[in-house]
Amino acid sequence: MAEEVELNPKQKKEIAKWFLLNSPAGEIQYVAKDLRLVLNDNEVYDEAVSESFPIYNKSHMICLQMPAGAGDVLVTSFGELGENEYLDPRTAQVAIVDHVKQVCTEVRPATDEELSSAYVEEFRSALDVEILKYAGEAYPKGVCSVYCTKGKEVEGPGFNFELVVVISACRLSPQNFCNGSWRSVWTIEFQDEAQVLEVKGKLQVGAHYFEEGNVQLDAKHECGDSTLFQSPDDSAISISNILRHHETEYLASLEVSYSNLPDNTFKDLRRKLPVTRTLFPWHNTSQFSLTREITKELGIGK
Amino acid sequence: MEAAMGLMRRMPPKHSETALSALLSLLPDHSSDLLSQVDQPLQVLLDEESGKEFILCEYNRDADSYRSPWSNKYHPPLEDALYPPAELRKLEIEANEVFAIYRDQYYEGGISSVYMWEDDNEGFVACFLIKKDGSKTAQGRRGHLEEGAWDAIHVIEVAPEEEGIARYCLTSTVMLSLTTDHESSGTFSLSGSIRRQMNMDLSVSEGHLCNMGKMIEEMEGKLRNSLDQVYFGKTKEMVCTLRPPSEVIMRLPDSTGL
Repeated sequence: MAEEVELNPKQKKEIAKWFLLNSPAGEIQYVAKDLRLVLNDNEVYDEAVSESFPIYNKSHMICLQMPAGAGDVLVTSFGELGENEYLDPRTAQVAIVDHVKQVCTEVRPATDEELSSAYVEEFRSALDVEILKYAGEAYPKGVCSVYCTKGKEVEGPGFNFELVVVISACRLSPQNFCNGSWRSVWTIEFQDEAQVLEVKGKLQVGAHYFEEGNVQLDAKHECGDSTLFQSPDDSAISISNILRHHETEYLASLEVSYSNLPDNTFKDLRRKLPVTRTLFPWHNTSQFSLTREITKELGIGK
Repeated sequence: MEAAMGLMRRMPPKHSETALSALLSLLPDHSSDLLSQVDQPLQVLLDEESGKEFILCEYNRDADSYRSPWSNKYHPPLEDALYPPAELRKLEIEANEVFAIYRDQYYEGGISSVYMWEDDNEGFVACFLIKKDGSKTAQGRRGHLEEGAWDAIHVIEVAPEEEGIARYCLTSTVMLSLTTDHESSGTFSLSGSIRRQMNMDLSVSEGHLCNMGKMIEEMEGKLRNSLDQVYFGKTKEMVCTLRPPSEVIMRLPDSTGL
């Protein structure tokens, strides 16, 4: 396994990127710090970091504070306008982001072309209001945003468009050796002809506990639903009810998975007690003949 | 090295093999340090002579060959290889037989191997290894697991006996990963590794094997319990902090005016 051949810079960079992209929620800065020492090659390090951070930030949908009290912005592929520019549809602002430092350096107003048409915006902002209410209640640290991802130029009925709801909740508690994140992405297709809203959700939950060990949860779920195409306000309420329903159910299923662990799931790896329900009779094994007897008694002789 | 170990503490445990080989290629000069400090999932070989599988580790390796505890032969064959002295080999044979029964009672399957060798201060070292594939396509009797792996490594240093008492220093590592997959709940995957130590001074009147076995049994119970209760419990706590499962959410539908 230990390759003696010296790696070329490109191979080193790919390895470095693998580490960075596999960082648990909120830990990429720590990983980068260790990686710099391991690599001992600033050029490779800088390249790996500048390529990995944008991908990591978007896939973890990190939340950054915009300067001068302009609110929070989520870094997501749905709001990405340029390499370092992310739209905050709620405030119609564009955040200029430093990916590696994970800060928002400045904001500018969004141009008309970057925003949805008045018609789509009615649906988007109505949904934003409902999701803001829901996420605020369900996720103590949750940040949400609603983007128009298709048909933002649609001026009125007769055409399809698509909204995406993102909820990102992150809890970092390194002093307690625990970090975690919940990410929901809901795609809502507004199908004009069928007068139907197709709703598809992707939920992802991760947690890392690392006091004297390293244990990670990685849970993913996809689900779908549909409802009627109604007025902006009624559609918004229907959609947020669907989200609430599925996310509540998903949380419940996670709890079931956890409660099945001790007695069911874990048992397939190792039992708490032997099949005999008593501790193993080590004191009997010093005599070799008894070993055979145990084997015979338990009927597990080979 | 410290930074490398820092990275290992953060990478998903189910990718520990990839992470280790990545570190080995970045730090070729530290390969022996890395291999001895980073635990990785255990590999298995078939001993054709006995028809049984055995586990590979640093402790039964000589050059590129591994010694089977069943036939005492190296795979692939190796000239001038190291073997435990006759007395210790006798204990090793017995330990392998007994430990296989222990393993079957707790694991309902799996593979185990025990290796012993002399150390520099006239005592000896024993390494007890268990590998279990608990996935439903392997030896998961209850069929709960899409994927499930348990690797346990117990290394015991036994100091020379003094006045009927010997000191046992046990270092144990458990690595595990489990994944369930249901349509209603998606994929649920937990993986982790922990390492603990335990030292005991025990009378050797009942024999080394009895003492070592009891320590391992106690340690495995503790490790299983802390993974289950503490470590998995902490990740569950985190999930419930992110999205509290209280009644608050249950009464929400009313507050929306529907």
